[in-house]
Formats: sequence, C-alpha cells, structure tokens
Amino acid sequence: MLKISSAPHIFSPVNTRTLMGNVIIALIPAILAALLIFGFSALKVLLTSIAACVACEYLICRYLLKIPPTTGDYSAVITGILLGFNLPASIPLWMILIGAFVAIGITKMAYGGLGKNLFNPALVGRVFLFVSFPQQMTTWPLPHPGDFFAPDVQTGATALGILKHLDGNSSSEALTKYSYSIDNMPNYLDMFLGNVGGSLGEVSAVALILGLFYMLYKKVITWHIPFYYLSTVFILTSIMWFYKETPDLDPVAHLLSGGLLLGAIFMATDYVTTPMTTKGKILFAIGCGILTVIIRIFSAYPEGVSFAILIMNAFVPLIDRWCIPRVYGTGRK
Amino acid sequence: MTKTFPIGGLHPQKHKLASELAIIDAGLPEYVSIPVKQHSGAPAKIVVAKGEKVKAGTLLAAADGIVSAPIHSSVSGEIVNIGLQEGLFGYDEEQITIKVEGNEYAQGIDTSDKIITEIPDDTEEIMQRIRNAGVVGMGGAGYPTPIKTTVPEGKKAEYLIVNGIECEPYLCADDRLMQEKAEEIIIGAKIINKLLGIQKAIIAIDENKPQAIEIMSRLTKRYIGVNVRTCKSKYPQGSEKQLITAITGREVPAAKRPIDIGCIVQNVGTVFAVYEAVMKKKPLFERIVTVSGDTAEKSANFRVRVGTPAEFLINKIGGMTDKTAEIIFGGPFMGTATVNLNTPVTKLTSGILLLSKKSTAKEPETACIRCGKCVDVCPQGLLPFEIARRARNNDFSQLMQLHARDCIECGSCAYTCPARIPLLDYCKISKAEAKKILKKQ
Repeated sequence: MLKISSAPHIFSPVNTRTLMGNVIIALIPAILAALLIFGFSALKVLLTSIAACVACEYLICRYLLKIPPTTGDYSAVITGILLGFNLPASIPLWMILIGAFVAIGITKMAYGGLGKNLFNPALVGRVFLFVSFPQQMTTWPLPHPGDFFAPDVQTGATALGILKHLDGNSSSEALTKYSYSIDNMPNYLDMFLGNVGGSLGEVSAVALILGLFYMLYKKVITWHIPFYYLSTVFILTSIMWFYKETPDLDPVAHLLSGGLLLGAIFMATDYVTTPMTTKGKILFAIGCGILTVIIRIFSAYPEGVSFAILIMNAFVPLIDRWCIPRVYGTGRK
Repeated sequence: MTKTFPIGGLHPQKHKLASELAIIDAGLPEYVSIPVKQHSGAPAKIVVAKGEKVKAGTLLAAADGIVSAPIHSSVSGEIVNIGLQEGLFGYDEEQITIKVEGNEYAQGIDTSDKIITEIPDDTEEIMQRIRNAGVVGMGGAGYPTPIKTTVPEGKKAEYLIVNGIECEPYLCADDRLMQEKAEEIIIGAKIINKLLGIQKAIIAIDENKPQAIEIMSRLTKRYIGVNVRTCKSKYPQGSEKQLITAITGREVPAAKRPIDIGCIVQNVGTVFAVYEAVMKKKPLFERIVTVSGDTAEKSANFRVRVGTPAEFLINKIGGMTDKTAEIIFGGPFMGTATVNLNTPVTKLTSGILLLSKKSTAKEPETACIRCGKCVDVCPQGLLPFEIARRARNNDFSQLMQLHARDCIECGSCAYTCPARIPLLDYCKISKAEAKKILKKQ
C-alpha cells in the first residue's frame, strides 16, 4: 500500500521520548551516587517521588482532563527524579507526595501539560516543600557510602549552611548542635565525589558531570547554559572572594557545593522553561548565575540555585521575544 | 578550505547507494506522456495534433510568453492522445502521450559523444539555441534558463556558481553527471560565462563526492577562470541562497534575486543541458534520474527520456517490494510523494525513491517541548515553531515580522522536530498567506 504525505518524507530518529530517555540515562550516575551515599532512604525517596509524579500526571490526564495519558513521554519520570534529587534523604515520604502534586499537578498540568508550563516543575515542588517544611527540608543526613542500610540518624551541615551561620548571628548552641563549624567544612575531594551532606542528587559533582557529558554527546542539550551559568558563578564568587565578601568558601567550593551543578546541568537546561534561541539561553544562564551568587551571599537563604532558576524562568517569555535570530537576508549590508 | 553556510543545517544519513553506479540508458518505454508544463511560468502551447508522427526533439509545444519554455518530444512515434491526466501533484494537467516507434532523432541533433569546445561567437545565437531547446533550471525550480542568464538592465553579474551540491539523501544524478560529463559541464559554464559577460565560474561540490571533485579539479586546470570549490556536506547546502553565502559570503536580501548581489547559480544538470543545447543543438528531452531507496532491490542512475512513466523505471530495478510505502519524486526532504505509477519523469525529476514505511513513518504529533531545535536548524534564521503556532490558530497578523515568506521550504525544521509537528506544512501555509497579503498591498 502506497501512501501520500507532505514533505519532508523522512524524520530524525530522535523524538520527544528518545530525548527524555536520554535525560534519564544521563541522570543514572547521579542516581547511583545517591544510592551509594545515602543508601536505602535515598531509594525510598526516589521511588516515591517518581511514582507520585507519574501517578499524578496519569490521574489528571485520565480523570480530570479526560485525555489520553501523556505519561508515555517520560517527562514525569524526569520530574520525579529531579524532585527526589532536591530532597534530603531523611524527608518523610508523605511530604514527597505533596511536593509531587505541586510539581506535576499545579506547576505542569494546570498550565496545560508538557511544554506549556512557565516554571520548572521539580523546582517549584522543592521550593514549596522548602518554605512549608523548612525544618525537614534542611536536615541533612550524613553520607554513609557503602553501608546501604545504615540509618540516617546523624545529621550534618552543608558547606553553604556552615557559611551562612558563620556570620555571627546564630547562637553558639545552634552552631554546636548542627556542627556549623569551619572545621566541618568538607574538602574538595569529598565534594567532588559526593561524600558530603546535602540533597540526594546534588552531592556528587562527578556523577552530575558524567551526566552532562552524556547529554552533550547525545546532543540533548548544548554547552551554552551549563557553561555560562557556572562561569558566571565562578567569576562573581572569585571577585567576592578577592574582596573578602565570602572568605570561607572559595570559588571552586562554590561550584561544587549546593545544588549548583544539579541546577546548571539538569534544571536550567530544561527545554520547556528556558529560552529557545542560543542567544536567549546565554542571557538566561548569566542571569541564573548572577542571582545564584546574590542569593547565596547576601540573602538569608544558604541556597540560591532554585530561586535563581525560577526567577529566570519568569523572564523566559521576555527573553524569547528579545533574542530572536537575525533572518537571512535582512539587517546586514 | 571547505565552505558552508553559517547558520542552521543538519546532517541526515546520506544513503548515497547509487554514487558508484555509472549512468546507464533506461531504454524506451512503450508510451511516454509529456506534460506541457515542466517549468515555472505559463504552460507551453501545443503545436501538434493527435495522430501526428514525431521524432525525438520535435517541438510539441511552444513557449507561451517570456516566463515559459518549449516542450519537445523525447521519442519517435505517433501522438496517440492529448488531454488531461493526473500529474505529479495529483491535479489534472495537459499531457501529450506518444506511442514509441523506433528510435529516431529530429534533424540537426548531434547525438554523438564527441566533445565540442568551439563556443559560437554570437551571444544572440547562443541565447536562441538555449531558448529553443527548452532549457530550464533542473535543480527543482524549473525557472527558464534564458531569463536567468540574462543580466537585467542596471545589474552586474560577478559570480557564476555551478551547483554540484546534491545534499538530498539518496540522489546521485548530479554526482554521476559531474564524474562522467565533467568537460561538457565546464564548457557549459564557459557558455553561460559568455552570456553573462564574465570570465569566472565556480563549480561548487560537497565533500562527499571525492571522485567528482577530483575529476573536475583535474579538468578545470585546462580551462582558465573555472574553479572547483569544496563545500561541507550539510543539508541544505545545495539551496541557492545558502550556496551563495557559502561561496561569496554575501546574502541575497529578502525578496530579492541572486543577480541583485551579482550572483547566478545554475545546477550542473542545467549547465550540461546548456552545453547540449548550444553545441549539439539538442533540446532538453532527457535527463539523469537516480532510482533508489531503502526498499529498492538495487539502485541505478538512468538516462531517462522525459515522459517515461515511473513504473517503467521501477521495474528496471526489480520493482517495488512489500516494504515500499512511499514513492517520492525528488529527494526525501523536498520531493513529492505519489501513488500514481504512471507519473511521468519531467525535466525536473532528479530521482524516484522507493522508501519504506519505517523510514517515512510519521509518528503522532505531540506537544511542542520548546527544545528550540527547529530554530537551531533553520538555515534562514526563522522561528518555525512560532510561525506554526500562529498558523495553527489562523493568526496571520505577524507574518511579515516573522519573515514567513523567507522560508526556503527545505524541511529541516520538520525533519528535526522531536514532537513531530508538521512545521513545514504550517510554514508553507504561512508563506502562501504572506503572498496574499503582499498582493493586496
């Protein structure tokens, strides 16, 4: 049977599902790192988060919108992994359900589903939990690499948390209780490998960077956003370090700590919530970098990445309007 | 140094299955059906009647006005029908059907392979021969060559670019022609040079044709002013605008023609046809057609008489298989699909492809994920997703701001789109709307 179709008659082998699948593959090193570092509790958090996100999208499609479920494109799986990555391993599982509902139900589906949302679903879910349950969201279990079933009883501070509490405003009791001491600052190697406290997916720099290279190799993303985001943070923190604004954390430690790598590689490169043109992507990434440094150093919050990306998400429609490519044969003599 | 255009483009799988296969004569079918419109412009006016005997090269229909081209018989035989038949695009079109008898040529046509290098002195005579031979742009547009080789008042030609880029997958017709008729093409370029009043010609060939580059480079040493330039193998490098930019660094201003920036681009097939028209007095009634595809049992490059039905060529390579899902006239990016096996080869048919269901499968469309890949690959710097989004909502208010009419219809956006949105269809709709708006003004 012959068929008629309009041109072009052939298509790139890459479709939405392949792209999303490649993102999931790129996330695998960080998933393994999380399991290795935080053990069984990490597995619980990730599985709950993924299941909750997928179920939420499925149920909304099926019973609320009454459309064929769009879960087959794997994007809800990615949101689930990324939401889990942004949570501490010790978080109560019911909170994850709330986070998943905010991420998928409110941030994504209420805006019209995949491709229509303005803000990064996983980040909105995280920030919602962060402002609702600050206690549980900032209690970081200490890493216990190798010991899969070790309980998460000990809690430690993150590098950025220590930094925030060394400004002299915290009571000495709190400082001791949460080990906010300069002596507890992790070294580069621990930060690079992930042997530090923090959210599930953000601790292991090496795993995230492996994922970055995979996505670049598979052409899922271009290098622009991670490069410009990280460079901006590096340059600004270098300047601040030089002028003693941030004496205890040098620029390299800034790059390796907190959610910066996770954000720059997986969150700020989300297609839906970032600009479409290369020029726009660069502008977006630089904006994220500036906001991250401002929030980290001058605000009350130790972490700036989530807020920085969400704030820049809001500028995306404007950036898309500004940064359009020059059309061939126009505007050049 | 290899040259290319600066923005957009992509690297599809080449599938040049026929690149090593020498051109062979397809032979004569029982009947040929010759459309009277095989060019852009007015259809030619029929000057023959049913029952008349014709020879290959006999004038069947004369050019009707300036933007038109004459049509010649491609075979000897008897005209058995003149009337409407389904054309390539599914619409009825006027075709002249000839029952093939023998293999005779009209008087004066030199059918030998002897290469003639003496270019006539009289440019008016040259132009007349090209016009009478019905030479049109064989790269796909079919614009009458005499108009394209006439420099308008007040304009100056600087570059003649011979387009040897065949960037569509599967097609090898131009590649083979360059390998086998290199000298004829160079002489053809010198003829056009003479018409344009310039000395230089650049033969642009893309990297994936090393033999053509080698042969052409060797021969051009003997012809002063003709040079070979290698371009990157990238789609759509063969597009006129993108080729001009790659070679000269200039851009054709929106809504202007290449001659406005001193450039003339001619496809190698056209240049060869110019050679044959001027030196051999042979009208354009046959061409090279690549018959290939991922479901073709074997591929071939045929020399085909215009009017030969597709089925005749398909049978020559072993016929369709169960897997054949689409028959394409032209390349897989810009070609036209047909289900009518009687569709005749025209002056513009560069290939007939038998593609599988697998390679032509249009997956169901999903939501735009704003990945920006359509913007990245557009060689014109357009925003295909935005043009499509508005066209879908019948919003044509921003067509001029979005430069919809600058779309070259290369299909890179629709090929790339991971959500399988038919971006090119929407761009074509928008382009048509933009033309309507311009007409009103």
